[in-house]
Amino acid sequence: MKISQISIFLENRKGRLYEVCSVLGANKINIRALTIAETEEFGILRIVVDKAQEAVKVLKDNGFIAHLTDIVAVEVSDEPGGLAKLLKTLNDNDINVEYMYGFVEKATDKALMVFRFDDPDKAIATLSQNGIRIISVKDIEGL
Amino acid sequence: MEVRFWNKEIETLDRPALEQLQLKRLRETVGYALQTHFYKNRLAKTGITSPEDIKTLADLKKIPYTTKDDMRESYPRGLLAVSSDEVVRIHTSSGTTGLPTVIYYTREDLDNWTENLARCIIATGAGRADVFQNMMSYGMFTGGLGLHYGAEKVGMTVIPIGGGNTKRQIQLMKDFGTTVLHITPSYLLHIHDKLAEVEVKLSDLALKRAFIGAEPHSENTRKKIEDLFHIDAYNSYGLSEMNGPGVAFECEYKNGMHTWEDGYIMEIIDPKTGAVLSEEMEGEIVFTNLIRRATPLLRYRTRDLGYIIKGACPCGRTHRRLSRITGRTDDMLIVNGVNVFPSQIEEVIMRIPQVGTNYQIHLEKDGALDKLIIKVEIYSKLFHGEMSELDNLKRKIKEDLRASIIINPQVELHEPGSLPVFEGKAKRVVDNRPKF
Repeated sequence: MKISQISIFLENRKGRLYEVCSVLGANKINIRALTIAETEEFGILRIVVDKAQEAVKVLKDNGFIAHLTDIVAVEVSDEPGGLAKLLKTLNDNDINVEYMYGFVEKATDKALMVFRFDDPDKAIATLSQNGIRIISVKDIEGL
Repeated sequence: MEVRFWNKEIETLDRPALEQLQLKRLRETVGYALQTHFYKNRLAKTGITSPEDIKTLADLKKIPYTTKDDMRESYPRGLLAVSSDEVVRIHTSSGTTGLPTVIYYTREDLDNWTENLARCIIATGAGRADVFQNMMSYGMFTGGLGLHYGAEKVGMTVIPIGGGNTKRQIQLMKDFGTTVLHITPSYLLHIHDKLAEVEVKLSDLALKRAFIGAEPHSENTRKKIEDLFHIDAYNSYGLSEMNGPGVAFECEYKNGMHTWEDGYIMEIIDPKTGAVLSEEMEGEIVFTNLIRRATPLLRYRTRDLGYIIKGACPCGRTHRRLSRITGRTDDMLIVNGVNVFPSQIEEVIMRIPQVGTNYQIHLEKDGALDKLIIKVEIYSKLFHGEMSELDNLKRKIKEDLRASIIINPQVELHEPGSLPVFEGKAKRVVDNRPKF
């Protein structure tokens, strides 16, 4: 099952990251996972939140450029080689990872990772067949 | 000071004789102009249908001014006065609205142009014993080829390297004992900054002179160049409509640029009213080209501002001197010697759908060189969250600008609404370069 990630275009301007988080906080939206891709003069903040649709709306209302992207969140064994094992499965099945990052918290003894695939449907099918649990929207809301 | 001449007779011709020569050539030029579609119509309205209608130099005033827009509208052949068999060279400039301007040259036109440059070179004290490194761009820009031909005519050893590649420039200056440079002032200052980096000392070089042009500069910039390199720097002026460089050039006295008045009739006008101004009064420079048959231009408005310096020059040349260029009547920017209109930049970036409605053009100094920064707001609906699309957008803006107006800007992407918004006329250009 795919979940929604929000990508936000940010100028490298003092306080801009604070402004994003402050808008989300004021609207009682909780960040579950995040990463920043940066260049010299701008960055893209990627977040997974508990209420994605609502978050995009308040961000846009506050003048941010925000876009929803389908990503896949999976459970990874929190032990040495856990991630490698998962990546091997993807590699063996010729599935390309565009980028990935980790969740802030975890519900069980497993780590949670976010993946952006060029072909998310194929990735989900492959991962499920290999016994890897895909995280649902409900799981995220419950974190 | 021993003054040397390339063509002493013409260069020191007394005023009455010089004006007689101007009148003869003006008549010939009007005759060529009447061969063009553009001037046939334009001159007929003023009652000029034959060279005989020009009786004295004062009759020049009957001829209306020619503008850059006239040239654009006449593109490509409306100002061509000869059959294509006779044309040996074409130079064009890029246009703001898609229409460029074009200048055609016959063999004789090129010879006339070259003759003027030979005079310029000799007037600075340079000559056949010199090694001349031509750092102006070759190609459609007339600055490179113009001086190249003049230098060969004089018999200098010419290194036709063109612009850029500073390390190689310095290497060649050293290896071949270059004595004369043709270069923009900003690039020459940049080269000085780089000497230490490539471990070359001034004493390794044999430089004596630099011909500096293609961008306006102050007397202080000249002094700085002369002090840093221990050379003499001479101001050079030209524009492709008047053939290119060699319209006006400083002699060894370095006190204004002698305009070759047997080749060009120089007028200064009030840019608002069009009234002709007297010597020493600053206004728009207007030229009539007397030495080009293929593309005659009568009373062409250059949009450059300057004035005619009164009085005789100690060098003995009777051709009057033009001041430094003091500004422009339009919003043209000069970036490292390349002429750019803000409208050309707008034209390019507004064709790109990912660019929003607001943009700004910033000009800064990066060491001695000019840096052009284009700040654009991105269009929010076309953002899909990928870094690669933003990289591609920046690359596209850069490449499109480089391809169409030959500049290499830095591009910055901004959030919508983050650039200043203007009510009424927007201030798109922020020029933070020190005023010269």
